[in-house]
Amino acid sequence: MIAIIDYGVGNLFSLNSSLSKIGAESVVSGERETIERADKIILPGVGAFGDAAQKLKERGLDVLILDQVRSGKPLLGICLGMQLLFEKSYEYGEHKGLGIVKGEVRPLRERISDLKIPHMGWNELRFTKYSEIFEGLKDGDYVYFVHSYYGKCADDSMIASTDYGFDVTAAVQRGNVFGVQFHPEKSGDVGLKILKNFVNL
Amino acid sequence: MLAKRIIPCLDVRHGRVVKGTNFTSLKDVSDPVGLAEFYSRSGADELVFYDIVASAEGRSLFCDVLKGVASKVFIPLTVGGGINSLDDFDRVLKCGADKVSVNSGAIKNPSLIREAAKKYGNQCVVLSMDVKLCDDGYKVYSLGGRVRTELDAVKWAVFGEKSGAGEIVVNSIDTDGVKKGFDIAMLKKITDAVNIPVVASGGAGSIEDFIDLFKSVNVDAGLGASVFHYRDFSIGELKRQLKNSGIEVRL
Repeated sequence: MIAIIDYGVGNLFSLNSSLSKIGAESVVSGERETIERADKIILPGVGAFGDAAQKLKERGLDVLILDQVRSGKPLLGICLGMQLLFEKSYEYGEHKGLGIVKGEVRPLRERISDLKIPHMGWNELRFTKYSEIFEGLKDGDYVYFVHSYYGKCADDSMIASTDYGFDVTAAVQRGNVFGVQFHPEKSGDVGLKILKNFVNL
Repeated sequence: MLAKRIIPCLDVRHGRVVKGTNFTSLKDVSDPVGLAEFYSRSGADELVFYDIVASAEGRSLFCDVLKGVASKVFIPLTVGGGINSLDDFDRVLKCGADKVSVNSGAIKNPSLIREAAKKYGNQCVVLSMDVKLCDDGYKVYSLGGRVRTELDAVKWAVFGEKSGAGEIVVNSIDTDGVKKGFDIAMLKKITDAVNIPVVASGGAGSIEDFIDLFKSVNVDAGLGASVFHYRDFSIGELKRQLKNSGIEVRL
């Protein structure tokens, strides 16, 4: 059973549907017991970092997530869910994240002046390191991105990048914790394969 | 590199797709879910659904359609038609939409763009505008292109970006349905003025029209309806030819 963490941000319909499409059992929940019982956890999210971090905290989900991953449970953060894995973000102020990945979330605009923001659309993956969630994929496979901020790793967590004026972090891994900046549930067959790899870990 | 997107647009009335013929490979050409799956398999990068009736009873049917599509098709879905309030955003987002497009609703109440961007994020809000060249410049039309407003198209696009829209769909009334190519001159004015993704709509008639579009103006996507519904050419064929012309696409 995969628990998709529901903390009041984002649209979870497609994510839930994509998991049933690949034959995975999933439940959308913000309840401690359900999340504890699950074999794996997905941390989704769209919207602003500060608001999302606050909502996780209010519900005690930040501590729960850290406990769960410490016990070895695999977690996949998607989009804002990946950014929340970092130590802090500079989206509208300065906000503290979960700190599983060392580094910060910073505006794309800082690094690129001539490209449109948000970085929206299909872009190619470049694998910088082996990771089991990318099993069966090849360099240059396209996935769907929508974001205006990016994760700047201060450790060696980056496992894939994409070219948008510079090498933008597309995915990170820290042991049993994975994060993808793009939306696997919106990335066609390539995305479904990534979800399947995570489910089969 | 970021790929240029090809987006089929489906008009839905009473739970069925309007238009659409010559789909020999499809049993039911007006079944939105079947058509969406077909387009996704042929390489569509995204789908746009317009609720062209947007009446109270049509709405629940439309939501059923969206749910059906979102549980089977795993590419981004943009939804428009009858979006006048945050409740309307909420309604379609819960049925599986990723982006919501506002047109007349934003003309009536311009603060809707900002409110929606604040609540759902910029990435979720698409400003869709119908534009026509008038004696006094490019003007925005409302109510499906029927009513002229005093809004200047370029200024309205800039206002949309400043208010938090994450993308703009620009439909040219002058080229729409004519199938003689996109409105390059108008699109240039818009893309020069904003720094968010722009989707070109209206006028697609041939593969060359798309090549010309992406070579001439810095738009991010090309939208088509009848060219795809009537199978003038397939999306796969279009993308292969774009690639051969040096345009980055997802194949």
